[in-house]
Amino acid sequence: MTMLLEPPIRAEYERDTAAVQGGTLARTAPLASRIAGQSWLRKGLVLALLALLWEGLGRWQDNDLLLPTFTQTAAALWQGLASGELLAHVAVSLSVLLQGYLAGIALAFVLTALAVSTRIGRDLLETLTSMFNPLPAIALLPLALLWFGLGRGSLIFVIVHSVLWPLALNTYAGFRGVPETLRMAGRNYGLGGLRLVLQVLVPAALPSILSGLKIGWAFAWRTLIAAELVFGATSGKGGLGWYIFQNRNELYTDKVFAGLALVILIGLVVENLVFRTLERVTVLRWGMQR
Amino acid sequence: MSPREQQLLQIVGGDPSGLPEPLLRMRDVSLEFASGSRIVRATDKVSFDVHRGDRFVLLGPSGCGKSSLLKAAAGFIAPAGGGIELAGKPVRGPGPDRVVVFQEFDQLPPWKTVRQNVMFPLLASGRLGRREAEQRALHWIDKVGLSFFADAFPHTLSGGMKQRVAIARALAMQPDILLMDEPFAALDALTRRKMQEELQQLWEELRFTLLFVTHSIEEALVVGNRILLLSPHPGRVRAEINSHQFGLHSAGGADFQNATQRIHHLLFEQGDQHAPPPLQRSYAS
Repeated sequence: MTMLLEPPIRAEYERDTAAVQGGTLARTAPLASRIAGQSWLRKGLVLALLALLWEGLGRWQDNDLLLPTFTQTAAALWQGLASGELLAHVAVSLSVLLQGYLAGIALAFVLTALAVSTRIGRDLLETLTSMFNPLPAIALLPLALLWFGLGRGSLIFVIVHSVLWPLALNTYAGFRGVPETLRMAGRNYGLGGLRLVLQVLVPAALPSILSGLKIGWAFAWRTLIAAELVFGATSGKGGLGWYIFQNRNELYTDKVFAGLALVILIGLVVENLVFRTLERVTVLRWGMQR
Repeated sequence: MSPREQQLLQIVGGDPSGLPEPLLRMRDVSLEFASGSRIVRATDKVSFDVHRGDRFVLLGPSGCGKSSLLKAAAGFIAPAGGGIELAGKPVRGPGPDRVVVFQEFDQLPPWKTVRQNVMFPLLASGRLGRREAEQRALHWIDKVGLSFFADAFPHTLSGGMKQRVAIARALAMQPDILLMDEPFAALDALTRRKMQEELQQLWEELRFTLLFVTHSIEEALVVGNRILLLSPHPGRVRAEINSHQFGLHSAGGADFQNATQRIHHLLFEQGDQHAPPPLQRSYAS
């Protein structure tokens, strides 16, 4: 036997919605959730935990040659920075890195701009990226040394190679993902060619371009340090890779760690200051990325 | 002979000399698309004239090529046959004299504020300097009631507000013809009704020329003064009817219901003239 469910009949009512009860519409979030909302605090906590783990492991191993502790490394790092020795190495590395990075960006932009405006440009980009993207930059180093000699030129060549392909690939994917409507809106107002690329495609594809820039930056660093480890000083002045290599030869393991830590620190600073700021004033502000 | 019969006569080959020169003339427009190795015909020899001050509606079920016709008029698609003329000049590509309002909300660059969005075409087409563009943008933003949001980014706006920005951006360009491709289709019913009302008010005030694509019979009757009915696969002209007598407040009236049923009949009961018109309503208010 089944009972038919009948909802109750209730009285109707109407209300004035003139004023909101209880004051304002917006209020500040409680302090605890505001603190937890700071990403640099949360990331700092992760770093502190890792340092603590390292320190514990180092003390437990008790072997300076194999694994110096966090405090020993920090001391070596401080010493290197204070004496200016490390800073000189960093300056050498960074200047080469920036030159290669910027050249790679410029080339990637030219290739992708060609690829979105012409069919042959697209074929060129697709063929070149599938050929060269899998090729490790270090594998090109012997060739580069042959062509450009032992020095800056070779380093810049391999850095350009390591930045160009992943950035071009990402940028091109971003361009292709731009909504057709947005493209048509741009063309509707008479934009075409390079102006369409600069005023519509680049900002619309910025999330992909930024991620390409990040990947390119990381690849450039890796390639540079590895290349410096392989052939050391460029015209008498060594970079960070050279510093690491030399100190390993002399068994200053704490200095090796200090050099590695500096590579990591620079990476963190660039990621959190440069790229994060770029994202905050662009894609995050525009609601294109969360 | 009633005025409507006279007009019908003109369409079927009577003397059109009484009419002024049309603003937009589509003559035997055939559109084709490559789909894999096949070429699909989207519209077949579609002809119609849009006069100055018209609110001309293209109405038909999906697959009738109404959006494609609008994009052809905008210059995004080159017709495979026939010709398109705007004020006597053939249409060869997209241009700021024919501004399109799209259905999709992503027609607004998300990296520009409302104000910058409305300024964008004025600057991109080189029509105005920065200062004049800004003044004109603010004027039109005010016209669509968004002054308070002039510095907001699109992602913070509701769907209806985004379409208002798109309309303000289009009107600020003062184009010869405004092309609207189902501009309210992605909105909820209440907002859609409000936007139709606002569009009508703007037209009353400014008397721009409008080509409007929709698949809602009610929207066609409410928005347009003349409706081109298209049948699908491929798109062909089924009829061209008047709807200037209807406004937002005629919805629900007997004449309005009859017109709705007549259109429904024309669109869906092809061949079977004696079948009773179904009492089915499409979704739009």
